[in-house]
Formats: sequence, structure tokens, C-alpha cells
Amino acid sequence: MSSRALVLLVPFLVITAFWLMARYESKLGHDPTHKSYWERNGTVLGIAFIALVAFWTLFLVTLPYLYMVVESFHPRLPPAQRGGPNDFLTIAQYKSFIVSPTDGEWNWIHMGNFTYTIVVSAAVTFLNLCICYPLAYYMAQSGSAQKVRLLMLALIVPYWINEILRAFAVRLLIASKGLINQALMGSGITDVPIDFLGSNTGMWIGLSYANLLIMIFPLYNAIESLDKNQIEAARDLGAPWWKIHRDVVIPYAKPGIASGCTMVFMLAAGSLAAPLFLSGPQQRWFTMTVYDFFFQAFNWPRGSAYAFILLAACITFVMLVLKLFKVKLGEAIR
Amino acid sequence: MKSSAVMKGMLGFYIVLFFLYLFGPLMVMSVTAFNTPSYPQALPFEGFTLQWFEKLWNHRLMMEGLLNSIIIGLGVVTISVPIGLAASIIMNQIYHRARSLFYLVTISPLLTPGVIIGISTVIFWKDAFGLTDWSKATFYKGIVLSILGQASFVSAYCLLIIMARLTRFDRAQEEAALDLGASYPQVFWHVLLPFLKPAMLSASVIAFLSSFENFNTTTFAILADKTLVTVLAGETRQGTTPALSALAVIIIAISLVGAITYELLKRREEAAAERMKERARLAERGELEQA
Repeated sequence: MSSRALVLLVPFLVITAFWLMARYESKLGHDPTHKSYWERNGTVLGIAFIALVAFWTLFLVTLPYLYMVVESFHPRLPPAQRGGPNDFLTIAQYKSFIVSPTDGEWNWIHMGNFTYTIVVSAAVTFLNLCICYPLAYYMAQSGSAQKVRLLMLALIVPYWINEILRAFAVRLLIASKGLINQALMGSGITDVPIDFLGSNTGMWIGLSYANLLIMIFPLYNAIESLDKNQIEAARDLGAPWWKIHRDVVIPYAKPGIASGCTMVFMLAAGSLAAPLFLSGPQQRWFTMTVYDFFFQAFNWPRGSAYAFILLAACITFVMLVLKLFKVKLGEAIR
Repeated sequence: MKSSAVMKGMLGFYIVLFFLYLFGPLMVMSVTAFNTPSYPQALPFEGFTLQWFEKLWNHRLMMEGLLNSIIIGLGVVTISVPIGLAASIIMNQIYHRARSLFYLVTISPLLTPGVIIGISTVIFWKDAFGLTDWSKATFYKGIVLSILGQASFVSAYCLLIIMARLTRFDRAQEEAALDLGASYPQVFWHVLLPFLKPAMLSASVIAFLSSFENFNTTTFAILADKTLVTVLAGETRQGTTPALSALAVIIIAISLVGAITYELLKRREEAAAERMKERARLAERGELEQA
């Protein structure tokens, strides 16, 4: 109980830090025309705003996360024993990710799933960047307004189609009785249907397909604000097209690229629908492992530990991308 | 000159490929919704039928799920839009140094995989509601948990949308109202809120839609209940039926209509703005001539 109750203290520490910060800054830059928060909003509204935001940041965001982390440091116990003498802090759940608790061997399966998830997500992110960049560039710089509007509309409509239905659509296309196999067999390229789903090719396509538009909008927004004259100038000075992109457009579009990449990576790594419906039996997506701990093994602490490992990997990736592109978080997510 | 023609051709080819990739699967799926075989197949087209739509209508679980999805969506809108509004106002008034920390906290749900949001919501609220028997019986339900879980990241969307408009707010309007004797709360209700109304409307639409189609968070938070999307997931996992294609066709049709209406409205608004500008220019010129 105690370690779980301790979590409740953390938000109060954060709030105190906030309050001290505000006090410190108001002393630092004293501006006589500046109105205080209460003066500007009135008591009733002021309290309402703070209450809403506090409810959100505390009860919907920080506390659940912290609670999950604490849960992951506990052993798996039947409900009656929770808070009892057996409910001590332990790193057994994290250890079980590396060393299997049943036979003491290296836990290659889970570590393999994890590595596979991260590598494939990164690959899908890069693939989507390559697919989307030319279209984003065309729409932002060289298309006529009328055409761009039409293309935009064509992009927005599939955006609203559910992740699951999109996975389903991909599955229909590449299933052994699907259209692609029909075409391949009809044209005599192959005699037996190719098992796209079993070989996980289906999942790759599904992940790329589901997150295609997540990449294109940030790219478009970033490139759109680039002054056309800069490209003209580079062209007039004799730069070939690839140099224009390498030295003018891509450096300018960095925040958009970083934003698109982090979002696609995160959504791909945390995706559940595409792996659930499109993956083969031999290599599992890491979220499916987490899912099974919750719904099949009912081992919540271990599931929490695995979820936290995934979260840590995602945060690391985001930080890495932002560092690589020298972009601030505020620029990447708008 | 020749190379630019080649470039243009390649670009056109690429755009066609891109949209083939984007729309191809959807089109194939749409065709299967009208084909008679019970395995969803596009070719050969054996006969036109609407029976899969009828099947969908009679699918009790899906209709139950649809109702739950709508309830959850409305719940999320009611919670998230006010939170987004409050957060954007606080973000606007907060000191610089505190702002980046506040920003990090509020934006973190967008950088967290939905699966993890769902898991943490269930783990936390199971114990929080479990403190008393009454709260456990009243609130520890899939619908409530789904609203709470989804609201955590949907509020961040709302914050971003409302913030984008709030930064364009002209403080002179506020000062004018204050000079005319309005109190600060009056400025909020009569000046700021009307100004933010369009952003709040689009935030509501986005909030409802992202709640409605959410899978990753909901699949954990929904517990034993079901939403349309979780029923859909169960059906897709069990096997494939053209009824799913039929549902997709309906969703595609709705989003097509929505997107086209939105586009027309935007065009009309732009035309109106253009006319206003023209009129203002003429008026200005007239005044100049009079002077």
C-alpha cells in the first residue's frame, strides 16, 4: 500500500514546484501593468480553469502513468494479498524480460519481439518519409491552388477511416484468395498463392498504410511556408534538383520531418490493429505480448513492466530524432 | 527542356501510384460489400447484392457497440473541450519557464502509445474507484474508463486546436472591452469565448471522431463492455465477412459527404471574406476621395 500511496505525493511536489516557479518569476520581472492571474480571470473562472487542468494533468495523465510504473515493481498476487506482507517492491518483472522466470534461460522470445518491433517501426517510418516527401513537396511548392485543394480533399477522406477497417482492406487485398494473388497466379508468375500474411509482409504494408497520412500533413505544413524564391534562387545559381532538396528544402522542413517521424514511429510501435490482423504466427509485435499479459495471463505487473519498457523505448526514439534534427519538442508537435 | 518533361511524367506517375496505394485497398473493399459470395472477394464479381448491409443492420452486437461509442464520444467531448479551453488559457497566461514544463505534461499523452494510456487508466482507476464499494459499483465500468482514458489524449488535441486560435486573439479587443467598463469575466464570456467558438466547434468534431474510432486505448479501458470498434476488431479477428466491407462503405460515404460539405463551406466563407475585403477597399477609397 505504502509505495502506491507514495505516488499520490508526486503531483503535489510538482504543483509546489510550479507555484514556486511562478512566485520566483513574478518577483524577477516585476511589471506594474501586469495583472495577476486572479485579476485577469476572476475568482470563479480562475478556480474553474485550474480545477479542469488539474483534473486532467493529475488524474488523467500523471497519476495513471506513475501508478502503472509502481505496479510494474510489484509481484503478481491474488487480490486478497495485495497490500499484505508479500506485496513488496521488486524488479522481478523487468528481470523477466531478460531472463525467463520459468527456466532461468535468456528470454530471447520477448527481447526478440521487442527488437523486431523497434526495428520494423523505424523502417516503416523511414519508408513513409520516402513515400510522402515527394507528394508533400509537390503540393506545397509546385501544384496549383485548385489541384492542391483537390489532393488535400483526397487525402483527408481516407484519414477518417478506422484503423481496423484499413487493416481489413489490406488483408482483403493480400490474402491468399485476394486480388494480388489472383493477379499473380493469373499471369502465371506463381502457381501457389504467396503467403504475404504469414511472412509478415502484410503487417509491414498495413503499418505503412495506416500511418501514411500522419507523415504527409506535417511535411506539407513545413514545406508550404518555405519561400518559393529560395528555391528559384538556388535553381538560378545552377543547383541540380537533388542539391536543392538536400541543401534548401530538407533543412528548412526539419521540424516537419521530425514531427512526422516521431508520430509515425510512435503510432507504429504502439499499434495493435495491424499486427493483430495482419501478422504471421512466428514473429509477434510487442504490443501483442503486452496485450496477452493482460488478457490471457492476467499478469498485470508484468504487463505494466513491459508497457513501461515500450514507453521508454518510444521516448528514447523521440528524443533521438529531435536531437538528430536539432528540433525542440515545441516545434515538432503543434 | 526534355529532362523537365521526363520529370513531369515521372511526377505524374508517382502521384497516380501514391493514390492507388491510398485508395486501392479501400476500393477493393468497397466492391466486396456488393458482391454475393460470403467470402469478401472483389473478382470475379458474381452478382450485385445489398444483403451484407442488411446483415450489418441486424447485427445486435454492432448496434449495441454503436450506441456505446456514441455515449463515450459525447462524454469525451463534454470533458475534453472545456479542459482544452482552460488549458489553452492557462498556457497563454503562465510564465515562460513554467510554460515549457506545462507544455511537456499536457502534450505527453500524444507521445504515449495508446495501449499504454489504456493500461494505466485501468490500473489506476481500478484501485481509485475500488476505495469504496459504492464508487466501484457506480463507476468501475467500461464506458466510464473509456471516457477517462480517451479524454487524456483527446484533451491534448483540443488544447492544440484552441491554442492555435487563441494566439491570434488581439489583446486590443480585450482592452477596448475593459475601457468600456466590462469586467474580466465579462470579457471572457462576451469577447473571448465568441472569438474561440469556431475553434471549439472543430475541437468538438475532432474529439468525437477520434474517440469514436479509437481502438488502442479503448480495447483495454472498455473492460467487458463493447464499442463499435472493439466489436469490429472481434469480428475481423474471427474471420472475414462482407458485412465488414459494408460498414466500411457506410463510413467512407459519411466521410466523403462530410469532407465535401466542409470544403464547400470553406469556399463560401472564403468568397464572403473576399467580398468583405473588396467592400472595405472600396469604402476606404470612397472616403479618401471625399477627403
